[in-house]
Amino acid sequence: MSGRSDVAVERWTRASIVSGFVVAVVIVGLTLVPLAAGANVIDKLTTLFVYIILAAMWNALAGYAGLVSVGQQAFFGIGAYFAIQFSVHGVPAYPSLVLGAVVAAALAAPISYFMLRLHGGEFSIGMWVVAEALHLMVNQDKLVQGETGTSMIALNAYSHAERLAYNYWLALGTMVVLLGAVFVLLRSPLGASVQAIRDDEDAAASLGVRVLAAKRTIFILAAFGCAMAGVVWLSTSVTFQPKTNFGVQWTAYMILMALVGGLGTFEGPILGAVIFFIVQDQLGETGVWYLAGLGAAAILFALFLPRGLWGEIEARFGIRLMPVGYRLRLHDVVTAPKGD
Amino acid sequence: MNIINLLTQGVLLGGYYALVACGLSLMFGVMRIINLAHGDFAVLGAFLAWTVSDSADISPFLALVAVLPIMAVFGWLVQRGMLERSLRAGMLVPLLSTFGLAIVVENLLFEAYGADTRSLAPMIGDLSFGSWAITDQFNIGYLAALIFALAVLLLGGLSLFLKHTPLGRAIRATAEDADTAELVGINSRAVYGIAAGISVATVALAGTLLAMRATFDPYSGPMQLIFAFESVVIGGIGSLWGTLLGGIILGMAQSIGAQFDPRWFLLTGHLVFLAILAARLLAGQVGARGGLRTSLGIDA
Repeated sequence: MSGRSDVAVERWTRASIVSGFVVAVVIVGLTLVPLAAGANVIDKLTTLFVYIILAAMWNALAGYAGLVSVGQQAFFGIGAYFAIQFSVHGVPAYPSLVLGAVVAAALAAPISYFMLRLHGGEFSIGMWVVAEALHLMVNQDKLVQGETGTSMIALNAYSHAERLAYNYWLALGTMVVLLGAVFVLLRSPLGASVQAIRDDEDAAASLGVRVLAAKRTIFILAAFGCAMAGVVWLSTSVTFQPKTNFGVQWTAYMILMALVGGLGTFEGPILGAVIFFIVQDQLGETGVWYLAGLGAAAILFALFLPRGLWGEIEARFGIRLMPVGYRLRLHDVVTAPKGD
Repeated sequence: MNIINLLTQGVLLGGYYALVACGLSLMFGVMRIINLAHGDFAVLGAFLAWTVSDSADISPFLALVAVLPIMAVFGWLVQRGMLERSLRAGMLVPLLSTFGLAIVVENLLFEAYGADTRSLAPMIGDLSFGSWAITDQFNIGYLAALIFALAVLLLGGLSLFLKHTPLGRAIRATAEDADTAELVGINSRAVYGIAAGISVATVALAGTLLAMRATFDPYSGPMQLIFAFESVVIGGIGSLWGTLLGGIILGMAQSIGAQFDPRWFLLTGHLVFLAILAARLLAGQVGARGGLRTSLGIDA
């Protein structure tokens, strides 16, 4: 056996330091896009950012904390609803949007108290029921007029070009802040805690991990993120229709993007969202065969590539662009003769 | 008299919920899988029954003679082809793959049958609308009573089957501990396949009955899954009859809610479900090990 000095624990590799710089440059570049690009590009990138937010949030829930929620549309929809409520009561449009998401996150705290006691599939469908109940309650509000829906009229105070740019910056800012938050969280002791819970909850608890508190932090973060995605979506579409905004398809998209990209990796969901965005952009309106194909892709990835594309890339080439874990570097051990 | 009528309709509706729920809880009890495509299998069964009785020009009840075995084989195939593989991969994969399967089934049904809302009611004659008029405000529909009776028969039959037959004992043993069951000569792979077959056949029966008493379309499945789940959790006292009780409570909650405002039908059901869940958490019943206990007396 080689000596201990041959083993080093490292977090930042050369590749990840380089990619850190690239990320910073990309963010600055993206910030400047609305000053130069056409309306179509700005609009499409806004959609892409919404997808990335959704995929990253679902990945934080399922890929890291083991919480397979089928009810994230609850927050996507309720955030938009509260945003409209704020704007109707005189708050300017963009602050209303953010406040709507904040209220949705606040709502996630009491919901987490009983939902997080449920396990596995019970949690999945339990969250679905929560989403259905919130959807039906919002339908009762006269402002929403049942499934007819309503619009966020306050957004009309801005010109089309202004709105396009503001929506873009809102989406970009949200994405950067949330991805940053996930990155920091995963590198903190909490990151180790939730992954331990995901892998074996009882064992984690017996080692002193505060299971509920750790799950709750991720749950509320994901609720806020999905609600932010929901309000950005509202700001681009202006209309609010309960059936669409509370649709389970949002969660289906989240699952697919995170699964294809790579559950439990930081980069995977971003890759998954980009792929989903491109596929959607090319084939979006081809209807049911397309949707059936998405379902089939989910099955195939779940069964045969559970680590997703990025997970495979990581495993095969040892690349890690955004280091959230540690790696053990063995200097000479590899060349040491086998056996003793 | 009106209140008695209301409660009776709720109870009868609960029979339907128990029918949808029993396959869900059987699969959960034996394989620890919550099949997110469960509701869509109900709707698949309904479409199959519709196709058979439409093309052969026979009663949907007769069509069940073909539909139930086909769906049982389908369930077995799903288990062998998909769930078996996913079972080995932890908790996440079965949920993700059955969710994907749900999307596939819904959209293939849409592709095959279109968006039209259908019903089997016209194919079963006056069974669909006939009723016994007890008083002028109190009616019991033939079909509702039939569905309730079928639910009691099926739940009772399953319970007896699990308790008293060799295969039933093998299923219970596998549910308890598959590895140990293997040691005493039980083929757990075969048991899983059979349990999946039973589960899918029962939900296809439920779906066909749903199609007789109401309308359905390719996207009706998820709501049936939710009803089934709510019934099992509300009733969650660890017995077969708990599922029936859960279904009845759900049905009564919905009927009473709809009495105040028809739009409250679904919402009241969900709220009662959430309230019961919360109450049970406060009472400490749903502790560290989760809320959904199997309702077929194969508690583990």
